[in-house]
This record gives sequence, C-alpha cells and structure tokens, in this order.
Amino acid sequence: MSKRKMPALIDLIEAGRPVEHHAPWRRAVVTPKTWNLAVDQLAEGRWALLGLWGEPETVHMALLDAVRDIGIISLKCPGGRYPSVGQRHPPALRLERAAADLFGLLPQGLPDTRRWLDHGQWGVSHPLGMPAEAPAAAYRFLPAEGESLHQIPVGPVHAGIIEPGHFRFTASGETVVRLEERLGYVHKGIESLMAGAPIDRAARLAGRTSGDSTVAYSLAFAHAVEAALGTAIPRRAAWLRALMAELERLANHLGDIGAICNDAAFALMHAHCGVLRERVLRAGDAAFGHRLMRDRVVPGGVTNDLSEEGTTAIRSLIAEIRQRFPHLVELYDNTASLQDRTVATGRLKVELARQYAAGGYVGRASGRNFDARRGPSYAPYDELAFDVPVLQEGDVNARVWIRIREVEQSLSLVEQILERLPGGPIRVDLTGADGPREGMALVEGFRGDILIWLRIGEDGTIERCHLRDPSWFQWPLLEAAIEGNIVADFPLCNKSFNCSYSGHDL
Amino acid sequence: MALIFELAIQGVQMLLVLLLAPLLIGFVRKFKARLLRRQGPSLIQPYRDLIRLMRKEVVLADNASWLFRVTPYLIFAATWVAAALVPTFATGLQFSWTADLIVIVALLGSARFFQALAGLDVGTSFGGIGASREVMIASLAEPAMLLIVFSLALVAGATQLSTVAAFMGSPEVGLRVSLGMSLIALVMVAIAENARIPVDNPATHLELTMVHEAMILEYSGRHLAMIELATFLKLLLYVSLISCVFLPWGLANTGAGPRSLVLGAVTYLGKLAVCAILLAVFETAIAKMRVFRVPDFLGAALMLALLGTLLLFVSRSL
Repeated sequence: MSKRKMPALIDLIEAGRPVEHHAPWRRAVVTPKTWNLAVDQLAEGRWALLGLWGEPETVHMALLDAVRDIGIISLKCPGGRYPSVGQRHPPALRLERAAADLFGLLPQGLPDTRRWLDHGQWGVSHPLGMPAEAPAAAYRFLPAEGESLHQIPVGPVHAGIIEPGHFRFTASGETVVRLEERLGYVHKGIESLMAGAPIDRAARLAGRTSGDSTVAYSLAFAHAVEAALGTAIPRRAAWLRALMAELERLANHLGDIGAICNDAAFALMHAHCGVLRERVLRAGDAAFGHRLMRDRVVPGGVTNDLSEEGTTAIRSLIAEIRQRFPHLVELYDNTASLQDRTVATGRLKVELARQYAAGGYVGRASGRNFDARRGPSYAPYDELAFDVPVLQEGDVNARVWIRIREVEQSLSLVEQILERLPGGPIRVDLTGADGPREGMALVEGFRGDILIWLRIGEDGTIERCHLRDPSWFQWPLLEAAIEGNIVADFPLCNKSFNCSYSGHDL
Repeated sequence: MALIFELAIQGVQMLLVLLLAPLLIGFVRKFKARLLRRQGPSLIQPYRDLIRLMRKEVVLADNASWLFRVTPYLIFAATWVAAALVPTFATGLQFSWTADLIVIVALLGSARFFQALAGLDVGTSFGGIGASREVMIASLAEPAMLLIVFSLALVAGATQLSTVAAFMGSPEVGLRVSLGMSLIALVMVAIAENARIPVDNPATHLELTMVHEAMILEYSGRHLAMIELATFLKLLLYVSLISCVFLPWGLANTGAGPRSLVLGAVTYLGKLAVCAILLAVFETAIAKMRVFRVPDFLGAALMLALLGTLLLFVSRSL
C-alpha cells in the first residue's frame, strides 16, 4: 500500500508513453490519472516542481523527485483543458497563468484565473496558441479589508534605474499585512521569437533573457541543444564555460552584497564592492572580449579562447579580491548598525523554500540544499572541489552570508579551473538532426537553477523553447517573506532576493 | 550712522546664511564622496541644482490645493528667518533681541507643520507615509530640543542666543555635565531634524524608506527649489547653533571693529568645515536605522536633555 502511495518519478514515466530522442532526462506522455498522481506527490511535499509550460493542446511539467531524479511528464489536453496543478500546489499558480496567457490553456480548478503576463497590450490573446481578439480587462488586485488598513501602490516605474514591476502593499500603519506583486511589464515575447529561429539566433535570444545572467542562460541553452543533438563538446570548452559562469557569479554576488548594504544607507560597502565588481567585469573583457561575456558561450563550445593575457588578468583579479574581500566581510560583520537592519529582517521559512523549490541564495539561506552544479551536476563541476553553503535562518543576513560564502567558493573554483585547464579545441560543429529532437538543461546561474527545454525540428530550427528563470519560484516567496515586516524594510528584502524581472517576464 | 552699519551687518548675516547653505551641503556631499573614493560632484553643484530647478516648469497635481502651492514659500521664509537669527560670526546684531531659542524652535516647528500638511494635501500614499513618519520624529525631537533650551537657559540665565553665546564664551562657564549632555542631545536632534543618516537617508531613491523626501516627492520646479534651499538652510542653522553655543570662540562682539568681524567670519567658516567633516565621517560609518528605532534614538536625546535640566536643579554648578 505504502509503495503504491509513494511512487518514484521513474515509475510514472515508465507508466506513460516515453518520448524518443529526449535527452538527457526522460519525458513521457501520461494519462490524467498519472498526472494527478504526480500532483499528489507535489502537494504532499515529496517532489519539487522544476517548471511547467505549455504547447498548443499539451502541457508539460518538469519534476524533481525525492531521490533527485529529474523527468518531464506531458499531458495531452485537447481543447486546452487539463486538471490544474496550482490548485493543489501553489508554486505552479503563476506558471499556469502564464501558460494560459500564451497558449490559451485552461487549467481546470485554477484558483486564480486573472491574466499574468498578458496585460491586454498585445492586441491578441494567447499569441502562441490560437490567437484571438483580445478584450482588455482591468486587473483586479486581491481585496484587502479591515479597519485601519491602507494600500500603498508602488511602481511599475520606480525612482531608481531598475526594471519595472508593480507592488501593492496593504499595510496596517507601518506593518505590511499583504504584498501583491504584478509583473509582466518587460514581456519581450522571447518564446515566440524562439519558435522557428535558427540555432545561432536562438542562442543569442537566450543570452538576452536576463542581462545579468547572460552566461548562465547561454550555457543552459547550449547544454539543451547539445543534449538534443547528442553533440559532445571538447573538454577545454566545458572548462572555459565554467570559468565564465563563475566570473559572472562573482560579479553579481559582489554587486548584490554592496547593493543590499546600500539599501540600508551604508554606502561604504556599496562603493568598495562596486570597485571589485568593476574589476571582475574588466577581467571578463580582457579575457573574453566582453564585459558581461555575452554570446561567448554557444552551442558546440565557446567563441573565444583564453589567451596568456586573459589568464594573467584573471589571476591578478583573484589575487586582488582575495586580498580585499575579507576586509569587506569584516566590515559587514562588525558594523552593528548594519547588522541591526539585516538580522531577522524578511525571514523566509524553511518549509516555504522547500515547497517552492527555491533555488540559489534564496533557497540555500532557508535550508534548501540544492545546487544544479552539484545536484544533476554537469562538466566540469564533477571534477572540481567546492562546497554548497546552506544556512537555516532565512533572513536578509543569511542571504548576504550565502553570497559571501559563494564568492569564496567561486574564487577557489576559478583558481582550480585556471590551474587544470585542459588544452585542445574550443568548439565543434553541431551534429545535424534527422528528425525532431528534444533537449533539456538545468544550469546554476547566480540566482539559482535556470531550466531550458527545447525541441529542434527536422529543418534544424527551434520549434519550441521554454526558458524558466529561477525567479519564478522566488518572487512569490518575497511576498511571504515581507509579511509582518515594516514597509520601510521592503527595499532591503527585495534587494536580498534580487529576483529578475526580465527573466521572469520573458 | 551706527544704526546703518548695524543694519548692514544684519543684512550681511542674512545673505551670508542664504549663500553659504548650499556650499555647506556641497562640501558635505563632496567629502562623503571622497571618503567612498569617488570623485563626487563639484562643490557648487547645489547652486547649479537650485538654478536648474528655478528655471524648470512647475508640475502640479490636479487636486493640489492653494496650501500645496504656498507651503514652499512658507517653509523657506520661516527657515531663512530662523537661520538668520542664529549668531554666525557676530553676536549682538541689530535684531538679536528676537534671536530667542524658543522662537527658532517655533519657526522650525511651523515650517514642519506646513510641510506635513502639504505632504498630505495631494493624497498620494508616499506623502502620507512621509508626513506620518515626520510627525512621529518631530513629536520626540521637539520636546528634546525644548529641554536643551531649558538647560542652556538655566546655565546662561537667558534664552536669547546672543546672551547665551556671550556667556558660553566667558570663563565662568567651566566644565559642566549638564552642558555635555545638552551637546550630545542637540547633535542627536540635529541629525534627526535634518533627515540625515541614521534617521533618514537624504540620498536615497527608495520611496518606501523615505521620510523627508517622501513628503516632497510631488514638488517640482521653483517649489522644489524653495524646499531644497530651506533644507540646506536648516542644516546650516543647526551647525551654526551648535557652533555658537558650544564653540563660541572667535565670535565678534557687539559694536566690534571690522577686524574682529573678519576674524569672526573666518573662524565661522572653519567651524562649518569641521562640523561638515564630522558629519560626513559619521554618516559614512553608520547604516540607517529601522524606522521604529528612531523613537529609541530620539528618546535617548530626550532623556539626556531631561537629565541635564534636572542636574541643574540639583546644583547650579553641574
């Protein structure tokens, strides 16, 4: 009995009709009954939802089960109707709303049927499904009733140079009772641009999904294409990719640590971390010819090889950070006024981080030990030594400390890579496809795990590509973390999450 | 003739505070930037900002009332008068009989009252948040300020600033515990009143954390210029107040010759620079506190001022 109640993902996939040419994990088309069985596992907290996306008349769900096995189950839904996952597993809510906007899918029993990405500005509704006339409808925010409650609308245009997003606070005096986010303002239609694009153009599109994670996105896209086509890339290329990914992580984490402190009006950390971040960007420019290393990772390998000068630039960068960063950590730790702001602010419960399968520093600061470099792992991380820091506190301070520890780990990873960088070619030609091929990748960006799933058609163009930013599972947690905090602490919490608008809005 | 000279000196004082206030802010900003290893804007950037704002068109909300339009001038006038009353380089000026500490507190209080009202006037949520936070801060800062005034009055025997400054400059003051407490309390009140770190962050763009800036978010053009200038003047006022009461050296006396007036002016500039540097260093070394920690901070100022006053009732020599 208990065995039947707790199936493994592999059982479900084998119970369904497996799809050929899907790599590296398996995908199966399942029956509604099996679909519901998987939702049971999600709702009971045994499995984690990695992504949910649509196609006309089909819905896909990527899952991570209790033994860290990954797989995709797909459900045919003629007419677009399928049993909603979100009604029993809330992390799927926004993904289902987005799939409904794009493909006209109709999740049955979805508790929240408001539009998500579609703000009524596209001229059509469900552009990727059966395009139809778009009746513009006003967005109803969740009601907030009660004595002495008031609403504070913030955004979508903010005072700083940041991306747009609307935050609706319901506050009782200074205390936040509820925060409701509204996103989708930077929807660029990446998934519809992807459809029919040749692979090189699609790779560039993927690299532009979220500017600060361009290496991670390109890497995830390249992994997915290579998995689909069965291309093996040279060892040196894999190592150079990891080098770029770690430099990107360093730059972003350093920038974030400073920016979080700056939101507590402690500009000193911001200034010093800003200098270090700039050094990383310049080293990236010296080594790979682009400050953010955009379009340097391509399916089949990398475009730029690391020269002697590039190696020297990175080595001196590492030496400089190793020398200066510990002083900044000490400054952060010893400034009582700063600690007073970050400790115990914006606490995210461990259970919620687990339920939402929150990736990156958000999850790891709340006890979720998951890192795609370690979990499914990919080359060359299986050969490198590094720790995945995990804390239980879940407050702003913990999220800062995770970043600090990850900076240290990245420094060591970069050193290891430079030390052991194998020689050889850096790029191979892609193998041609003689039929539809599907690939999937899970790559650890600085924010968390980025999932990309794609299908390459017979003509070698992308038929469908779905990109799932880690922020999909972090934005809803920000709403939970701010509850009970004061309004004035929101910028600090928000910065410690630092979710992507662009990556989420697609 | 003497009267004209006296009036001229008074006029110089009024213009001096008006002209120096942006420079003081510019100096603080520059010094802070240098501490962060940044180049920082030029010293005269605040003047340029004011000129730019004066030239710009005023954008008014549709539902802004007359109060909203009048308030910037009220705030500016009240703050300017208050700042001009504080002895800067000389005591015993023509209008010094009006330079009463309680008058200064009242002038600033009414400026704040109108600012909070204007913040509420347009009905945006940020204006409301700013006004409510400002009033919360004021409700503690003003009593603390009045207690400081009482302490000074008990020591110097007057609330008139010229007399207080002259007394504080004389040798009979000596070291007093109550004055030390008043100084610390006054510095704390000054930080809160001027919306400086750790109470408020004058450089922030985060609407949700603002206090002073949140109230004036809806202002633009010359209205904003008036309010900004009033903010600059207020900082100068507090720095002058602290210098003239607690660092009274070099102040020119009533009817002094041009030489001591010049000397007074030079020492005054020196005092401003020292205070600005101290402010910049302090602000760089500390993070902003939570909004609800501000009452603790100002509560400490209030208690210190109260203790100072009480000590003086125990013994006039403390």
